[in-house]
Amino acid sequence: MTLAATQTILPNRPRLSGRISDFLWKHPQVLLAVLLGPPVLWLGIIYLGSLFALLLQSFFSIDDFSGLINYEFTLATYRQLLSDANFDIIVRTVLMAATVTLFSAVIAFPIAYYAARYARGKWKAVFYLGVMLPLWSSYLVKIYAWKLILAKEGILTWAFTKLNLLWLLDGWLSLPVIGGNSLSVSYTGTFLVFVYVWMPFMILPIQAALERIPANLIEASSDLGGTPQQTFRHVLFPLALPGIVAGSIFTFSLTLGDYIIPQIVGSSRLFIGQAVYAQQGTAGNIPLAAAFTVVPIVIMGLYLWMAKRMGAFDAL
Amino acid sequence: MTAAVLFENVSRHFGTVKAVDAVDLEIAAGEFFAMLGPSGSGKTTCLRLMAGFEQPTGGHIEIFGETAEGVPPYRRSVNTVFQDYALFPHLSILDNVAYGLMVKGIGRQERHRAAEDALAMVKLPGYGQRRPGQLSGGQRQRVALARALVNKPKVLLLDEPLGALDLKLREQMQEELKSLQKSLGITFVFVTHDQGEALSMADRIAVFNDGKIQQLGTPEDIYQRPQTRFVADFVGSSNILSSAICARLGVPAAAASLRPEAIAIGTSWAEQLTLPGTVTARSFLGAVNRVSVDCDGEKIVVASPAAMPLPDIGAEVQLAFSRNDLHVMEAA
Repeated sequence: MTLAATQTILPNRPRLSGRISDFLWKHPQVLLAVLLGPPVLWLGIIYLGSLFALLLQSFFSIDDFSGLINYEFTLATYRQLLSDANFDIIVRTVLMAATVTLFSAVIAFPIAYYAARYARGKWKAVFYLGVMLPLWSSYLVKIYAWKLILAKEGILTWAFTKLNLLWLLDGWLSLPVIGGNSLSVSYTGTFLVFVYVWMPFMILPIQAALERIPANLIEASSDLGGTPQQTFRHVLFPLALPGIVAGSIFTFSLTLGDYIIPQIVGSSRLFIGQAVYAQQGTAGNIPLAAAFTVVPIVIMGLYLWMAKRMGAFDAL
Repeated sequence: MTAAVLFENVSRHFGTVKAVDAVDLEIAAGEFFAMLGPSGSGKTTCLRLMAGFEQPTGGHIEIFGETAEGVPPYRRSVNTVFQDYALFPHLSILDNVAYGLMVKGIGRQERHRAAEDALAMVKLPGYGQRRPGQLSGGQRQRVALARALVNKPKVLLLDEPLGALDLKLREQMQEELKSLQKSLGITFVFVTHDQGEALSMADRIAVFNDGKIQQLGTPEDIYQRPQTRFVADFVGSSNILSSAICARLGVPAAAASLRPEAIAIGTSWAEQLTLPGTVTARSFLGAVNRVSVDCDGEKIVVASPAAMPLPDIGAEVQLAFSRNDLHVMEAA
């Protein structure tokens, strides 16, 4: 027992570090302020501040003759935003984002379920690698790869031809709105690329949510007479809903804001992101660009509010 | 009469691990049956085989005369009270209890009325609007019980349901479970590692070890007449006398068990067996004193009533007991 201290109270550690430790132990709120201060300032001033400045811009208007910004509060820009041509862009983007989100969720759920419930050890590593690997390669490379895959001379058309299913592809492409000359210039193509690119952002939150559901809740439902379908509807889905909502926030808002995918794969009709890009760049209409960026913020706000009202976060 | 649960040579192997190995079991209808054993002994796997969460890798299972293997849990009239209750966190207490009736398609009003009744039965009336997170452990335990019983199961399975409760609450729940089982007449199958719980509640006990049943019998049987060294050791804390000591006592046996409370210190009269020894340790346990005595290098524990004089450590004493309390065991 030579190590046992002879004193009850140990002396302070030498020098400054000891004094700092004692001070922070006595004043934990100082430690909190030191840790949180910089990120809060960063978020508050740089991020929220610029967002606010942007929002402010949307209430200014542009002088059609001089092209200069008129710094007077007006709703004229919003009137312009709701004009037929611009409103079409909003509707097109929201519909695309909603469809992409819905399909992503449907495809992601079984993958996430398998990973959370059954994959162990090596297979779990394979799962994470498989989901994350696409995120490591360049976004542009992936989109151009898809453009080639979906092109009229691409591998997809070739595969359909070999399988004698070209009529199916042609039939699909002859449909109004979603069809086109080839997949790479149709909304269907844009949709496929969006679903592919955002898929990891849907899988991971759902997997995290499913992993938190104790396995015995599923057994309990089954024990009480719930068929697998009822167990999914009454237990699994409600408890995974926060994860699905989190994933859909990603896929939905990323689709709302993206301006590269629809430019490379798809028809020439604009999405919100492209409209913002065009308005603030070539057109130089910063107020209208700002008004366009307000749209996703408002839509996401409404979406979260609805999700909360539907009880999506009750299980948290 | 048909057995409530029948196991014929049932095995459940996980790879090379024999969780349950060739178990034969017959549980009578209306019985309070306990499966007792240390963790990893196969008792919980047996329960899961009855519930349908596991399928046997061999053998045959019947529940009230009907073949159970290959039947999913949701088609069995068997309900489980889970070890950690497994209440649905996103549902109110009332909806938790009514869950089984809801999935069977019973109308909202009717199932809520039945759930209220079930909550009243477990002494939680008016708790229906709360969430599981707002209840204490003991209350959640009662909700889990109500949720299972509201379905009027043929067999109720309880997986260490009292394990997470404190001593006082546990004793109270033991009594309540016992009287509930009597009044409802439902077959209860109860898994526990607590021998006191099994002895005080069960009509019959199966003692498990290494995936096999070591002994099956009434609590008195198991406690007084353990057939194997494992049972003697696990149930209560019997002294195991070696063959050398048995020979000195004039009882030819490979081993014999002797309950601590069957031994008296110092007193001796005719027709009793006696053993000399040295006191090595003693401790006060309230109603009894626990005295350890060394007899030729073998430790024998005596539970001596607190009213009896307590010998000092190092004292030479005579241990006396009746031949009837000495139970000859197989060598195992």
